[in-house]
Amino acid sequence: MKHLLSINDLSEADAISILNTAEELAKATEGPMKKLPTLRGRTIVNLFAEDSTRTRISFEAAAKRLSADVINFSAKGSSLSKGESLKDTAQTLQAMGADAVIIRHSACGAATRLADNQWMTGSVVNAGDGTHEHPSQALLDAYTIRRHLVQGGDTLAGLHVAIVGDILHSRVARSNVLLLNKLGAKVTLVAPPTLLPVGVEQWPVDISYDLDHVIEIVDVVMMLRIQLERMSEMFFPNAREYSRYFSLNSDRLKKMKPHAIVMHPGPMNRGLEITADSADSARSVIVEQVANGVNVRMAILYLLLAGSGSSEVTSS
Amino acid sequence: MSSKYLLQNVELEGKVVDIAIADGLVKEIGPSLSLEGATKIDGKGSVALPGLVDLHTHLREPGKEDAETVQSGSQAGARGGFVALSAMANTSPVADTAGVVEQVFRLGQEAGLLDVFPIGAVTQGLHGEHLAEIGAMADSVARVRIFSDDGNCVFDPLMMRRALEYVKKFDGVIAQHAQEPRLTQDSQMNEGFVSSELGLKGWPAIAEESIIARDVLLADHVQARLHICHVTTRGGVEIIRWAKSRGIQVTAEVTPHHLLLTDELARSYDPIYKVNPPLRTESDVMALREALAEGVIDIVATDHAPHPAETKECEWQAASFGMLGLETALSIVNLTMVQSGLMNWQTVGERMSATPAKIGRYENHGHGITVGKAAHITIMNPHATHRVDRDLLASRSRNTPFHGMELPGQVQATFFNGTLTFMAGA
Repeated sequence: MKHLLSINDLSEADAISILNTAEELAKATEGPMKKLPTLRGRTIVNLFAEDSTRTRISFEAAAKRLSADVINFSAKGSSLSKGESLKDTAQTLQAMGADAVIIRHSACGAATRLADNQWMTGSVVNAGDGTHEHPSQALLDAYTIRRHLVQGGDTLAGLHVAIVGDILHSRVARSNVLLLNKLGAKVTLVAPPTLLPVGVEQWPVDISYDLDHVIEIVDVVMMLRIQLERMSEMFFPNAREYSRYFSLNSDRLKKMKPHAIVMHPGPMNRGLEITADSADSARSVIVEQVANGVNVRMAILYLLLAGSGSSEVTSS
Repeated sequence: MSSKYLLQNVELEGKVVDIAIADGLVKEIGPSLSLEGATKIDGKGSVALPGLVDLHTHLREPGKEDAETVQSGSQAGARGGFVALSAMANTSPVADTAGVVEQVFRLGQEAGLLDVFPIGAVTQGLHGEHLAEIGAMADSVARVRIFSDDGNCVFDPLMMRRALEYVKKFDGVIAQHAQEPRLTQDSQMNEGFVSSELGLKGWPAIAEESIIARDVLLADHVQARLHICHVTTRGGVEIIRWAKSRGIQVTAEVTPHHLLLTDELARSYDPIYKVNPPLRTESDVMALREALAEGVIDIVATDHAPHPAETKECEWQAASFGMLGLETALSIVNLTMVQSGLMNWQTVGERMSATPAKIGRYENHGHGITVGKAAHITIMNPHATHRVDRDLLASRSRNTPFHGMELPGQVQATFFNGTLTFMAGA
């Protein structure tokens, strides 16, 4: 595995290996010594051409716990915001000796473009490309689900996961559908018809417009953020009506199966897609998702970089 | 260079013949001819086609000479077997006045490799708000007969009605770029399963079909001529079929790339496959091929759209729409239509020479290979294959989606008014 661009790049075994490695790394860094020497001397660039705090610091923490050198390159004040092309940026990072680039970008396929061209030789990790994919988020979600709901198994076979909200614009949903399916879980998407893409009928999922029904039968409910600008784009009449049908409120929370958990990739719009009491309830694993994110991203970087020798990067 | 040529052993309408060319005209057609002082060209195994006429070419001059010029586009055309191109109006400045169309026309004459017929803008600046000086362009030296805002749809139905009516005065035609703008805001690729997976904003087929439907009804109402640019969908074909059955004066074109490529290619996120209108599905491709064979779609037009490298070496969303077409068009038609058994070479001649010339009212074109008429001839060896190399194209740009593909058929020679404008290996 050279890059992580899409969940499609992973076999079932690859995905399980990432989750298992994350478990081991979690154990290894449990004590007061959080840092491992594994990636000492390697340079990892966080190329964030789109605003993101939590994903960037999660990757940064993961890289630092593996002793890599981390360079943060964010959109504001960077050459990307001055109109420099992705190609020139990539060649610059290559010249500086980046072993891996973690890229967040508003354009779908930006990570793929970085990896597929001859612009740079390092590994590329997709940290969210437009409305396409966010594979590390799906992996940390699967890891979180497995920790809570699976005893002594590798996969998520037999579990039923609902993903609720703006599927159309969600890279989290796309990566999760692929990964949950790969790991044997059943997925039901719940959204107003306007927020489901044309073509979704060919995805390996069930579709429902009725959260009240689905909430009673699933083991996991994953709420997606509703971006406020969607309202001006005519996807639904207003926030109140959206919340009435699709928010996770306390009434719906009560109808969940006893063991079922609540997830959200963050950042949340409290009061819109999720109420405060749902977000903070005993079922919520939202804060834990953040903690798990660091371990899963450590596993990704470890598996991408630890195998290859740092001597690959030589001056020319 | 001799002005007399003897093409020997070429296949013309199913028979192997010789063709004698002198004084710019076809002098004689028959077996075993001789012509004093003529340069002999052995065309054994090759097909003689009437010189190709393209109704949809972006030559980029004036304004974007880094992408293409009338000269380089003419060279690309000659290499592709073309003897006439139709220069789209979306230049900078826009071809919306007699001055600009005369400039483009004159540049074509100076290049001298083929006829460049400018297409005039329907509306000033392609903005869709005020009619351009259509009459002045029609009466200019360039004699414009086709008007199009290509790149933009003439979206305002009243504007479209007026334009259709207005060009009746001189037997003109409006070539519509059928794209409902609201349904395609920020759209990136065909809307369907592939776009749903890639997250790229969808471009629904109905955004094209709804405009085609509206415009055939308008053309019927005002009894005017309508031409639909680059049809890409099965549904669009059905509407045009219906309109023709009602006797509505509508013609339509399909591009070579829409006869071959599908939206699956977007999975690479390589913007070389980003084009307007977008690549559609396999089912649409098959419908377009059948419609072209049947004549529901009248012609092949290239929509040759050169772009400089930096506008394609980037993220998909940031990239320009468009692909090159002139130098590969005939090979793609050979692959998709002739080798598949849907069309013979005579029909290729109709779809790529006679009918486009007729739609554009281009005098001195589209008359076939006929004794006493201008010698516009394309010699094509359908059996020779060649690997497309974007670095060896005559175009100034390299944005061909066919780079590296082994394509069947190679243009051997192109004659424009009896002058050899391209010869393979020369």
